[in-house]
Amino acid sequence: MESVSIGKSVSEQHELLVHKDVSSTELTKAYIARIHSVDPDLQAYLTVLEDKALAQAAEIDRKIAHNEVLGALEGIPMALKDNMCTEGIRTSCASKMLESFIPPYNATVTDRLQAAGTILLGKVNMDEFAMGSSTENSYFAKTRNPWDLERVPGGSSGGAAVAVAADEASFSLGSDTGGSIRQPASFCGVVGMKPTYGAVSRLGLIAFASSLDQIGPFTKTVRDNALVLNAIAGYDPLDSTSVAYEKPDYTKFLVNNVKGLRIGIPREYYGEGIDPEVAKGIQAGIQTLIDLGAEVSECSLPHTEYAIPAYYLIATAEASSNLARYDGVRYGYRAEAEDVLGMFKQTRAEGFGPEVKRRIMLGTYALSSGYYDAYYLKAQKVRTLIKRDFDQAFEKFDVLLSPTAPTTAFKFGEKSADPLTMYLSDITTVPINLAGIPAISIPAGFVKGMPIGMQLMGKAFDEGTLYRVAYTFEQNTNHHTLKPSLSGEVLASGSR
Amino acid sequence: MNMTISREDVEYVAALARLELTEPEIQEYTEQLNSILDYAAMLERLDTDDVVPTAHAVPIHNVLREDQVRPSINHAKALRNAPDGDEGFFRVPRISLT
Amino acid sequence: MVVANQFEMVCGLEVHVELQTKTKIFCGCTTEFGGEQNTHVCPVCLGMPGALPVLNREVVNFAIKAGLALDCEIAEFSKFDRKNYFYPDLSKNYQTSQFDLPICGKGGLEIEIDGEKKWIGITRAHMEEDAGKLVHSGETISTSNESSVDYNRAGVPLLEIVSEPDMRSIPEVLAYLEKLVQILEYTEVSDCRLEQGSVRFDVNVSLRPFGTDTLGIRTETKNLNSFSSVRRCMEYEVARQARVLNAGENVVQETRTWDEGQGITLTLRSKEEAHDYRYFPEPDLPPLVIDKEWVERIRKTLPELPAARRARLQTLGLSAYDAAVITQAKAMADFFDEALTYYTDAKTLANWVMGDMTRLLNSNQCSVVDSPISAKQLAELLQLINKGTLSGKIAKSVLEEMYSTSKDASMIVKEKGLAQISDEGALLGIIDGVLAANPQSVEDYRAGKDKAIGFLVGQIMKATKGQANPGLVNQLLKEKLA
Repeated sequence: MESVSIGKSVSEQHELLVHKDVSSTELTKAYIARIHSVDPDLQAYLTVLEDKALAQAAEIDRKIAHNEVLGALEGIPMALKDNMCTEGIRTSCASKMLESFIPPYNATVTDRLQAAGTILLGKVNMDEFAMGSSTENSYFAKTRNPWDLERVPGGSSGGAAVAVAADEASFSLGSDTGGSIRQPASFCGVVGMKPTYGAVSRLGLIAFASSLDQIGPFTKTVRDNALVLNAIAGYDPLDSTSVAYEKPDYTKFLVNNVKGLRIGIPREYYGEGIDPEVAKGIQAGIQTLIDLGAEVSECSLPHTEYAIPAYYLIATAEASSNLARYDGVRYGYRAEAEDVLGMFKQTRAEGFGPEVKRRIMLGTYALSSGYYDAYYLKAQKVRTLIKRDFDQAFEKFDVLLSPTAPTTAFKFGEKSADPLTMYLSDITTVPINLAGIPAISIPAGFVKGMPIGMQLMGKAFDEGTLYRVAYTFEQNTNHHTLKPSLSGEVLASGSR
Repeated sequence: MNMTISREDVEYVAALARLELTEPEIQEYTEQLNSILDYAAMLERLDTDDVVPTAHAVPIHNVLREDQVRPSINHAKALRNAPDGDEGFFRVPRISLT
Repeated sequence: MVVANQFEMVCGLEVHVELQTKTKIFCGCTTEFGGEQNTHVCPVCLGMPGALPVLNREVVNFAIKAGLALDCEIAEFSKFDRKNYFYPDLSKNYQTSQFDLPICGKGGLEIEIDGEKKWIGITRAHMEEDAGKLVHSGETISTSNESSVDYNRAGVPLLEIVSEPDMRSIPEVLAYLEKLVQILEYTEVSDCRLEQGSVRFDVNVSLRPFGTDTLGIRTETKNLNSFSSVRRCMEYEVARQARVLNAGENVVQETRTWDEGQGITLTLRSKEEAHDYRYFPEPDLPPLVIDKEWVERIRKTLPELPAARRARLQTLGLSAYDAAVITQAKAMADFFDEALTYYTDAKTLANWVMGDMTRLLNSNQCSVVDSPISAKQLAELLQLINKGTLSGKIAKSVLEEMYSTSKDASMIVKEKGLAQISDEGALLGIIDGVLAANPQSVEDYRAGKDKAIGFLVGQIMKATKGQANPGLVNQLLKEKLA
């Protein structure tokens, strides 16, 4: 029972719990067993919280025993990317710098998921300080793609994507600064949502680039995704960039119907660098939506190619400032030195990995005297143009559609030699963060046995319409029911 | 190769960012930052004279809290992660004036 | 100021004032002074990973209020920026401040030197956070092998007020500072406790040949914390720069630090080493939009400012000097105004407030806010003089009694039987006795020596322990001797 139940969706698991077919403790134990069995290969987890998780599960089981009403996420085991603060539990950002950092407080999302009665299984791997597209930049481990252990899971939220794809957690939270939820969701064949900037509180999310970072869920199904977003989204007075918007019940948008919905296909997202097989797969997905009654036509987001340089200048500039606090004084790694200047320099030289240092260097340069106007200010102006592109497109369309990533998951080391090559592969995801709008990646098929993802982009705070399209697509396809095979064990696609 | 950023620039930026770089790192970053900045030079093609910069993704303003005291965290919590915490202080080595 | 009859000094000031809010600028930690080290801290002011700032509304209100009091334009749109530099007392290694769009624009205030009035321009004023405090193991920062950091002060709200380079002498600088601090105290945006470091000064000074227009090369001396340090520092710096120029050399543009013990300024960093602060808009804080209604709401809370108050007191009959003394500190002026509601003779009241009241407070090192004698009680005492119940002289000792017991004047008079003797019958008896005992004086008076009456009055006052009504004594005595 347990080994089957971990393959099920959150909503199915909820039914099992409510009907006492399975207890939260059994479910939690099953996930822990699964982690023990597959994580030595996959290395999604940096910290596993067996005892804490079982204690939480036991509490939920007491509620179930008393026939108390069970919330949609109560008793459901999940994982958090290791850049979200958990009080009393190490939060490392996959960096040597924070190897032993124990936050004195919870991120708002941690609090909200705790309040929702979820079971925290552990903290999952990522690129150091969320900087990367492959999770290869983790100080601790290389997380592998469950569909092919020779390939990366994507990044930076690689661990969070893998945990869900390989049934090591029922759902997980990642963060997305330039594609860090959507691209690994695409590479691992799961659903990943980057909500509108300001929809989910950033309090307790260890900042990479403050004006771009946003937390969102990884789930097996679109319904699950809406359920998790219901729990974590909404105004937080402790995050000044959180927006006091009218939060809907996102599951209300889960209707199997796209008739008359206007879907735009931005041609710039199909430029050079896109794998023709991926483009073909997305084309098939578009055809599915057309067959279901959506009105699809091509459109243009003319400033797309400028998004990469604008993004990397803005993100690294903010990062160079956000990461200045890691100096060996108040927390984190410290290198011993004669004087404080030496201590700062040595601590940061030894505590940060190469990609983090590279981005701090680029960002510091972009802000430095004499270059601010040419780089940072220019990038911010281009950001305005990119936003404007989207505003204009959304006058004509309800949703925009593209491949989530130009390729399927690549092999370890394939792109890490040249940082620019790695950066260029973010072309389909970074414009969304610059504009602050929501986007979701959903499973859209396979190329040579590796998953591809379809990205749907929406108007600010219109996650609902994205869920509607995603749900309709999911109900009329079976991509999401396929599971990777691990350790010779095949999880039946018909487990649901 | 067009040198947008010199070795001296890299050393200056490293000093600003308080990063002690090794010789190979200086060379590597000089090369890589040049390739990234050369790519970024495409931004110059855009005329942005009349464009207002965007600093925040969502246009909100006046987010304020009331002047009410909230409890501070306790001493032990504040200093728990300190690499060198002693007698309630965060300790640092000698501070040179420059 | 003419230095060696050759140079004119040009000075501008940056003044950092702690705003007296209950909580810090970006978190709910208390701003209370003192407190055990690192106890008024939280993830936000410790710069913990993931912590986010939320702006304190009162800081904005105070900044607007100070801005209005200093005649500044209040910006409709302003924003916060990060000023990036590494220092162990700066928990995030950037200071959240305001760069190109500060909350207060151009303004200024009027100073008066030897009766001559001069306008000193204010360029801008902006909100920012204070840093923590470094405690050094040795005597000074440079001789210490290690230092300790206390972040209790990190995040305390500051208003940085930048003046134009309008000052030409040390007295002008001091007058500007006194006036500025006075206005800030009046608006109650800051307690201006210099001894607690709640006001700090950066001084920019340059010299130029007298009669020229171009500015000389300036130095900036940072972090002075008293008027006397400012004065001594400027005296030193002006003399130093004059020496350099007279030797035919150039002043080096640099940031200097004041060594209070040695009474000298020292190089902190040269222009080449000047910080490259890499300012950029604070992504964690949305901008501020301050509309007219908000400004007007704050304007209504502005108290009568020192200049207006001085003018009003002069119309009540006070001399310019007295009005200036009374309005020097807001607390004293408030005390005066409150007393005035019970006792309308402003001139007499001023004499008592500036004289005996102030002497009592000073000798007890007590501020007027904590005075054991309320304004109403002082007024009552003065009313007793007017009614003839007390003589001025006795009133002084009653005031002292009031100070040590906080009792009302009438109570003390009653308890101690200090009321003036105004009963004619009683006085006549005493007068008869005195006249009988001093025939020589009586004779002298009658012989035309008017002064003799003074001696007789003195004897009568002595016999009544000063309680006789002096006016009545004079009158009765003259009748007797007529």
